[in-house]
Amino acid sequence: MVLQERSLTLFDKVWSSHVVTGLAGGVSLLAIDRHLLHDLEGGASLRRIAERGLKVHNPELTFGVPDHAVATAPDRRADSTPNSSRLLRELKEGSEASEITYFDLGTEGQGIVHVIGPELGLSQPGMTIVCGDSHACTHGGLGALSFGIGATEIMHVLATQTLRQTKPKTMRIALEGKLAPGVAAKDVILATIGRIGTDAGNGHAVEFAGTTIRAMSVDQRLTVCNLSIELGAKIGMIAPDDTAFSYLAGRAYAPKGEMFDRACAHWRTLPSDDDARFDVEHTIDAATIAPQITWGTSPQDVIAVDQRIPDPTRETDPQRRQAMEAALAYMGLTPGEAIEGTPVDWVFVGSCTNGRLSDIREAARVVAGRKVAPNVRAWVVPGSESTQRAAEREGLDKIFLSAGFEWRKAGCSMCAGINGDTVAPGQRSVSTTNRNFVGRQGPNARTHLASPAMAAAAAIAGRIADARKLG
Amino acid sequence: MEKFTRVTGIAAPLMKANIDTDVIIPAKRLVGHQRGELGAFAFEAYRYRPDRTDNPDFVLNLARYRGAKILITGEHFGCGSSRESAVWALAGFGFRCVIAPSFGDIFTNNAFQNGMLLIRLPKEQVDRLAAEIESGSTPAMTVDLQSRTVTAPSGAETPFEIDAERRQALLEGRDEIGMTLARDADILAFQERDRAARPWIYQTGQTQVS
Ligand code: SF4
Repeated sequence: MVLQERSLTLFDKVWSSHVVTGLAGGVSLLAIDRHLLHDLEGGASLRRIAERGLKVHNPELTFGVPDHAVATAPDRRADSTPNSSRLLRELKEGSEASEITYFDLGTEGQGIVHVIGPELGLSQPGMTIVCGDSHACTHGGLGALSFGIGATEIMHVLATQTLRQTKPKTMRIALEGKLAPGVAAKDVILATIGRIGTDAGNGHAVEFAGTTIRAMSVDQRLTVCNLSIELGAKIGMIAPDDTAFSYLAGRAYAPKGEMFDRACAHWRTLPSDDDARFDVEHTIDAATIAPQITWGTSPQDVIAVDQRIPDPTRETDPQRRQAMEAALAYMGLTPGEAIEGTPVDWVFVGSCTNGRLSDIREAARVVAGRKVAPNVRAWVVPGSESTQRAAEREGLDKIFLSAGFEWRKAGCSMCAGINGDTVAPGQRSVSTTNRNFVGRQGPNARTHLASPAMAAAAAIAGRIADARKLG
Repeated sequence: MEKFTRVTGIAAPLMKANIDTDVIIPAKRLVGHQRGELGAFAFEAYRYRPDRTDNPDFVLNLARYRGAKILITGEHFGCGSSRESAVWALAGFGFRCVIAPSFGDIFTNNAFQNGMLLIRLPKEQVDRLAAEIESGSTPAMTVDLQSRTVTAPSGAETPFEIDAERRQALLEGRDEIGMTLARDADILAFQERDRAARPWIYQTGQTQVS
């Protein structure tokens, strides 16, 4: 049989080079290059496989870090929150027993699992990376095939360093054009979700491409890929290029010297071939995107900050209309009114979406020399200990503190409220996170997703505000 | 995992799109509760009033749907977080099967790992089944994985498709870790070849981070 030279996508190349063997029914046994454990499931998963008498197959490819349950108060300790002491102990002791690298509280490696992966150079192009957390899609910003898994799959990876997976379809989202001033990566991805819907990527591995993406920094690409799961796609990827390679050079866990060059030569073969075919293609004009803010309880419920809150009575699909009405009731918003000017109680800058150094700089630029409005509580929670230290070296902590923000320790914090950092019932928050789901930031908390600059502007104005007007 | 062959029971319609895993089980229940206890918190935000009494308006609280084993719902059910506890909460509530036009990708894998059958049907068919359940005298249905059919209260059968491998795993109640470990020679051979081709993947000796 003569094999036809086929044009392949980035996703196809990484997938097929990791197939250990094909199983029945179109399922592949996929080799996993990096397995990242966090405090919620990590320790329990290690315990469960030990109870079954199994060993960790490749401890050198497995890394553990506490993030979801950790306290973020400046004087925090492992036992600062009631649940964290048990979860952290279990993960730490389980990691030690299995010879897994564990990034403990108080060390530079600690932070949100999807922030530290790229930051430490653990996440690299062409890798398969999994984590018991759906925002594992973030690492795709460096050209990795990375996705979230559940508790049973975590055990499968621990015991076998593989996963049984059905190959998804492929989708390319081409983002074209130069971003307008004051428009962030977060705005681009929120606008994209608003345009094509929160289930558009279901069953697909998405590649973000186009001139807008090529011009982005790695931090910005990580933000875009972070919200792939909010498009319904568990995998989001961006072709690795010189921007990605220079980002990785010199990072703690990235290859060094000659090995870096060898890795780089491999990475250069990964981008999709010019004539590669995707099952679905979308093209979005990114030049026209304005700063975004969500109004509802799904990331697709999003508008530009200068737009009006949508009116459900204009919606023809009855199920969609009901969902809009329920979302507006939950959010306490009136259809037809301007969203700008809506008073807010909380501002949260952080998370695996927007907790990196560049995000904190963006927020600081808006905050510098100004004061947080008296009706607002505002927090910055850096995505990692090393981000925090870098920001402090630049004096960014001072800018926030003197404006009236709290400057806290690294973790997931108010993104999901698991450590007890929550927004009170009925209160409204502008948050740089990725989910505005019902109850996500606490029971009856009202979450508006936005970029770091927009969140900072809301803190200063005390209301939803257009960051561009603050300059 | 628990086998799935055939389930007959009450079916409940929760006709809303994009029900996310935070709604199925809120994050604060992920710590401090055991797997088997999560049923009490399934759909917590909808199910209870602030004083923890049952919200009479929530469809799953209606007497007619008590003890439901089959959930009929909208598009993209189980989107959002990867928490497998969403499946454990649904199972704890009593569900063995969910019927919807589409499901979150990670949720899908989690459900099948726990013996929960997800049936994907075109939206019109899901809406029709829901309508029949809402109007019928007894909202009971049968789901048969062997014959791949859903039998509505009227007796009308709707065939469904399912990945052959997943179906077999459910019918047998397979242990996938054991099955994969039986192929460990293949995994080790792959890693040996890969170690030669991409040595940097395996060299995780690193500069020290302090
Ligand atoms: S920051 Fe939020 S979205 Fe990211 S891993 Fe933590 S809880 Fe999940």
